[in-house]
Amino acid sequence: MGADPLTIAGLSRALEARETTAEAVVERCLQRIAERNAALNAFITVFGDEARERARAADREMAAGRRRGPLHGVPISLKDLFDVRGTATTAASRVREHHVADADAPSVAALRDAGAIIIGKTNLHEFAFGTTNEDSAFGPARHPHDPNRSPGGSSGGSAASVADGMCFASMGTDTGGSIRIPSAVCGLVGLKPAFGELSTEGVVPLSGTLDHIGPICRSVEDAAILYDVLRGGGVRPTGKPIDLRALRLGVARGYFMALLDPQVAAAFDAACERLREAGARLEEVSIPHVGDVAAIYLHIVLTEAAAYHAKTLERRPEDYTPNVRIRLEMGRYVLGEDYARAMRGRELIRREVDAALEDQDALLLPTLPIPAPKIGAATVRIGAVEEPVRNVMLRCTQAFNLSGHPALSLPCGSTTDGLPVGAQIVGAAGDTPGLLRVAGAVESIVAARAAAHAGYLGPGGSR
Amino acid sequence: MTVKAWLEMAMHDAERRGLPELKPLLEALARATSALRTAEWNADATGDAALGPDPGSPSTPLGASANPLDSARGKADPGRGR
Repeated sequence: MGADPLTIAGLSRALEARETTAEAVVERCLQRIAERNAALNAFITVFGDEARERARAADREMAAGRRRGPLHGVPISLKDLFDVRGTATTAASRVREHHVADADAPSVAALRDAGAIIIGKTNLHEFAFGTTNEDSAFGPARHPHDPNRSPGGSSGGSAASVADGMCFASMGTDTGGSIRIPSAVCGLVGLKPAFGELSTEGVVPLSGTLDHIGPICRSVEDAAILYDVLRGGGVRPTGKPIDLRALRLGVARGYFMALLDPQVAAAFDAACERLREAGARLEEVSIPHVGDVAAIYLHIVLTEAAAYHAKTLERRPEDYTPNVRIRLEMGRYVLGEDYARAMRGRELIRREVDAALEDQDALLLPTLPIPAPKIGAATVRIGAVEEPVRNVMLRCTQAFNLSGHPALSLPCGSTTDGLPVGAQIVGAAGDTPGLLRVAGAVESIVAARAAAHAGYLGPGGSR
Repeated sequence: MTVKAWLEMAMHDAERRGLPELKPLLEALARATSALRTAEWNADATGDAALGPDPGSPSTPLGASANPLDSARGKADPGRGR
């Protein structure tokens, strides 16, 4: 991989070679935020002065030969669910307007220890309970490519901030697809590691048994760098790249391809064809009860979210956005026996995903069935069918929150309007490093470069 | 409680609480609950094995490596959901 100044890996090499400074990079990101945030509404809070100060400190450290690693001096944003000591974790809700975090979340502390510069906190669908980022106390975040469209959600501000060149990566959360969906919609790489691998402490929950944290960035290599830091080091995939001629990918069609925008289907099929031409073996696999996933997921996420919000729903219902409030209220009616049924179904799905992976290195499927939806659209037409946007957007991702398998979205093409399309790769249970190796191989063949959609001018001042 | 009885109770409660906008969502939830309850993999106290695989011990860690031999393959309808 070459020294791409738009990626963390490329920037890191430029910083190491003293071709630029952390201060200059941070300044350029802050300038981009100043120019573009009014249009995109990606950031809720910007830590301008603190970021400048930390960038200067990083430059001093690196000049003195104390380089902490590839994140040293790299500007990163955080979805505003992550605690940063001394600041509000708003969750994009008025419910949290008086909150002040008394400590950094462990994931934030790990990023800081690695030298990352936290440049600000990004907009999201209120309490991460939605896929479009439209319901936010701070107003909707908007797609960098077309401000009339959603950047996806719930980590929509995070994806917009990276795709527009306001920072080099962002930390998101993923309960049903909230890292992978905005990554796909914005032409980025989004990693949901295996369930339970990364601490969710200090991160506002949505659904405790489904929540994951992970990075949104511009390349699989960057995702590996961030994953390694968040895991505490020593797990970054190394060694020989995967030989594509030995790569076995299980293509999950059926349910996942039954409701697909024709242009998304065309981009995904073309990506599959390029992989075949490169020598990968693609074989159709099935997850027999995947048709039950939506009902299973709904009963779990509603119940767990309602339990977390019960007190504030009673005391301050008017402080929620209307749509999020009403969805949270719905969860208060789920019966215990149905939650138990859903948990049983979830275990079945986990086993079926394991079975589908049995003879494969990974599964390959679309990340979401549509390109970025228009802001305000309640439904979307796919062929002859009119479907609720939310249901469609979660369709390909939520199964792997239920199963806990690691999953990653990477760009694999675009529509005729230039809207990015994402492909999702699902790794073996508990093997996020293995997933990253496979994703690196797939990226080398299919990835439409995320940077093509970035407005950021790199350290050298060129695209 | 049947789904029908549950829905009537929930709709009445939503009305009482001044949340009529909740009603269509409750109807959608009722459809999802019906689907969940009629799924072939639900537990049955008769022990009828034909209903599908036992999800196993609740202590099984999610994301942990599973023995392929305990998978549900072959027991479920392979055409379902496709």
